[in-house]
Amino acid sequence: MDNTVIQTIDLVKTYPMGLHQLVALNKVNLSFVRGEFAGLVGPSGSGKTTFLNLVGTLDSPTSGQVKVMGINLEELSPLQAAQLRKQHIGFIFQTFNLFPVYTAYENVDFPLLLLTLSSSERRRLVMEALEWVGLADRANSRPAQLSGGECQRVAIARAIVKKPSIVLADEPTANLDAENSYKILDIMVELNRELRLTFIFATHDEKVIRYLHRKITLFDGKVARDERLEPGAAVTAG
Amino acid sequence: MRVLLKLAIRNLIGAGLRTWLNVLVLSLTFVIIIASQGIYRGMGDQAAQSLTDVEYGGGQYWQNAYDPYDPLSIQDAHAPIPEELKQPIASGQATAILTIQGTLYPQGRFLPVLVKGIDPAQTILKLPSSWLQSESMLSDEAMIPDEIPAFVGTRMASTARLNPGDTVILRWRDSYGAFDARTIRIIQIFRTTVQSVDSGQVWIPLHILQAMARMENEATIITLARNTPSPAAEIPGWHFKSLKYLLRDIDQLVASKTIGASIIYLVLLFMSLLAIFDTQVLSIFRRIKEIGTLVSLGLTRRQIVLLFTLEGTLHAVLAAVLAAIYGFPLLSKFARTGWGMPQAFDSYGLALGERLFPVFRAGLVIGTVILIMLLTTIVSLMPARRLSHLKPTDALRGKLQ
Repeated sequence: MDNTVIQTIDLVKTYPMGLHQLVALNKVNLSFVRGEFAGLVGPSGSGKTTFLNLVGTLDSPTSGQVKVMGINLEELSPLQAAQLRKQHIGFIFQTFNLFPVYTAYENVDFPLLLLTLSSSERRRLVMEALEWVGLADRANSRPAQLSGGECQRVAIARAIVKKPSIVLADEPTANLDAENSYKILDIMVELNRELRLTFIFATHDEKVIRYLHRKITLFDGKVARDERLEPGAAVTAG
Repeated sequence: MRVLLKLAIRNLIGAGLRTWLNVLVLSLTFVIIIASQGIYRGMGDQAAQSLTDVEYGGGQYWQNAYDPYDPLSIQDAHAPIPEELKQPIASGQATAILTIQGTLYPQGRFLPVLVKGIDPAQTILKLPSSWLQSESMLSDEAMIPDEIPAFVGTRMASTARLNPGDTVILRWRDSYGAFDARTIRIIQIFRTTVQSVDSGQVWIPLHILQAMARMENEATIITLARNTPSPAAEIPGWHFKSLKYLLRDIDQLVASKTIGASIIYLVLLFMSLLAIFDTQVLSIFRRIKEIGTLVSLGLTRRQIVLLFTLEGTLHAVLAAVLAAIYGFPLLSKFARTGWGMPQAFDSYGLALGERLFPVFRAGLVIGTVILIMLLTTIVSLMPARRLSHLKPTDALRGKLQ
């Protein structure tokens, strides 16, 4: 059985920059299988975030193909793309992107609300996700009442609550101190192991890189290196 | 849609004070628009009711020469009561009024007046004609008594300084042009909100006036009872004036006053809508990253436009609820107790009485709610429409093009 969840074929993305075109991704060919804990590393402007946006159907490629769960994204209507995001893709952002007027519980509940599950089922899943990230006791707090680390943990809970096939994390530790960074990385490793979720990071944080099972180095929009790392290379906090 | 509604409500409640301030201002707009419209509607209804009760009945036949706005036409505005109307008059379905010009001489002054003859037994108009009944019975049909019984309204009594029991000389000219004079005795003074049956008018029994003016069986106006169909479409020498026609001045007056008042509440409405528009624009700028996040979580751009529009429209829904909470008891009490009118208001010429009772019809309330909802939806949609062109990747970076 083919376990590939993401496949890119000659993926190119350019942006207009005055009279010229800035090449963000240049013929990138990558595949990710279910349960991978992989990271795109490289300097700013190397195309890490662009890659995540394309895989996450937030942007469309200039040329080439992106297949998620075997579906060619080019063939999807905006509604179908939204449906794919809603069911199969979870996002984690550098700046957490929580809804400030919602409590932690409501933030985590949001993706389930879009899936129109019953309220009892939603409640069970939300509490389970909050327990995964160790914030069940802060369910009624608003983001403003939480620390940066706690906010990112709520964001992780929101990303994994619907048990997506893929979690795309764009610089998830960039706004966190070392202790909180290790905490959330431990959580993500556990989620990856327990739930077999595929994590793809865009990062240049050494702490994150040490946890990765696969490191893909991008440089000027091209894959410079794609290496498997020893699972034991990860450093656990504490 | 249900999910979006749920989200919109959550967002709105979550926005806290900002939402409630907008809702409060908009609810005030609701209540003020409904109150002011109700006042003008009440004003129109009250005036129309009074005029119908004491002057217009269910419509009038005017003798061809009669023109209420031309005093010189009065001299010729009389004709024998037409055959078609004799039966309705006899059966109490209509009543005849004869009008001639005369001069009153109170305390040595002279005062031009309209002398109106009314059947003392009539019940169609709410005028105290029955006061004349016992007095007029004493006089012979063909004879003019030495003291003619009469009643006047409070305005006329005040102008002529007349009191009940006073006598005063009345001079008139009959249909042959001969002048004559008699004493009239004021039996009673009546109070009415309708100026046009009071100021400058003296009411006496119809048969006496017909004898005085040598206009036997003649009339100037024949008023039908309410809800009586016009007995004949065309009567030679007479014009039928429907109640709608007779009340057109009131309707126009109310319409013009309503338009005047509309300017005030349009300004108020504009300010409320501007606040909502402003909130929406600010909301979009402030929540640009949130919009990107919503897309990443699986909403389409169309759904986001709808979400923001719903949030704006819900201001109007909450405002309607809030307006109902405090506006309903307030306006109900207002409709019950009315609004005391200053005495000077009588000189405006509207038959209103001492208190004005506003009228709040379901159509007015529902119409106002629909209008505000519609306008709120439009001003909410205007800034939200920009989001349909927004790139989610730009939104996530907090960039609004």
